[in-house]
Amino acid sequence: MSRKTAAAARPLSPHLQIYRLIPTMLMSIVHRITGGALYFGTLLLAWWLIAAASSEHAFDIANSFFGSWFGRLILFGYTWALLHHLLGGIRHLIWDTGSLMQKETSTRLAWATIIGSVILTLLVWIAGYAARGAF
Amino acid sequence: MAEMQTPLRKVRGLGAAREGTGHFWRVRVTSVALIVLSLYFLGFLISLNGAGYATVRAALAQPFAALMMGLFVLVGLAHMRLGMQEIIEDYIHAEGQKLVLLILSTFFCVAVGVASIFALLKLTLGG
Repeated sequence: MSRKTAAAARPLSPHLQIYRLIPTMLMSIVHRITGGALYFGTLLLAWWLIAAASSEHAFDIANSFFGSWFGRLILFGYTWALLHHLLGGIRHLIWDTGSLMQKETSTRLAWATIIGSVILTLLVWIAGYAARGAF
Repeated sequence: MAEMQTPLRKVRGLGAAREGTGHFWRVRVTSVALIVLSLYFLGFLISLNGAGYATVRAALAQPFAALMMGLFVLVGLAHMRLGMQEIIEDYIHAEGQKLVLLILSTFFCVAVGVASIFALLKLTLGG
């Protein structure tokens, strides 16, 4: 019982509501959110693989979902989440070595993550439609 | 009756899991592998955009593609399980709830992995 009261009385360090939102902080939050989204996104990948392994009918159901406007919206979000998490991950690997951690540099790196992820997402989708022969 | 257990005896097993930087390191190792694997995954999907049943099956039946997809799935699941563990431990403070969620998360990752690998095996080895 004494353990419980000790835990309840523990002071909370200042967090989100106290600090002004800055790019590195925002990218940190987005990194976690995209990670969480990708976690559940694996269900889509598993569905696609299972459908392809099952039957043409099952595959067509999956394919028509992914081809619908809603499915495409989700896949677009999935692409962006993957690329943002990928770039954010590379950023963290660089930081793990101790480099590029100066205030201005890390902020620039945060901007590069968001801008780079959007540009790469658009490029992936342009390439996707090109592979489909849309141009 | 006087307390026989020392304070150290009481906290043993409740604190650090004695794995040191193990969690951190596994996140890093899987993330390095995932840089390559996720780029392959994206390229693979781009090349298959709009493809029908037969084309997709033929592409996934290729040994190299199946191996890369299998690795992407397995390493990805290992990575995301570690990540979700961190999220759960950060936000869920009730001990019981936390344990249940950690176990469910592991079950989820294993289930998605087993189903995906089974599908890939079926596609490559026959059927």
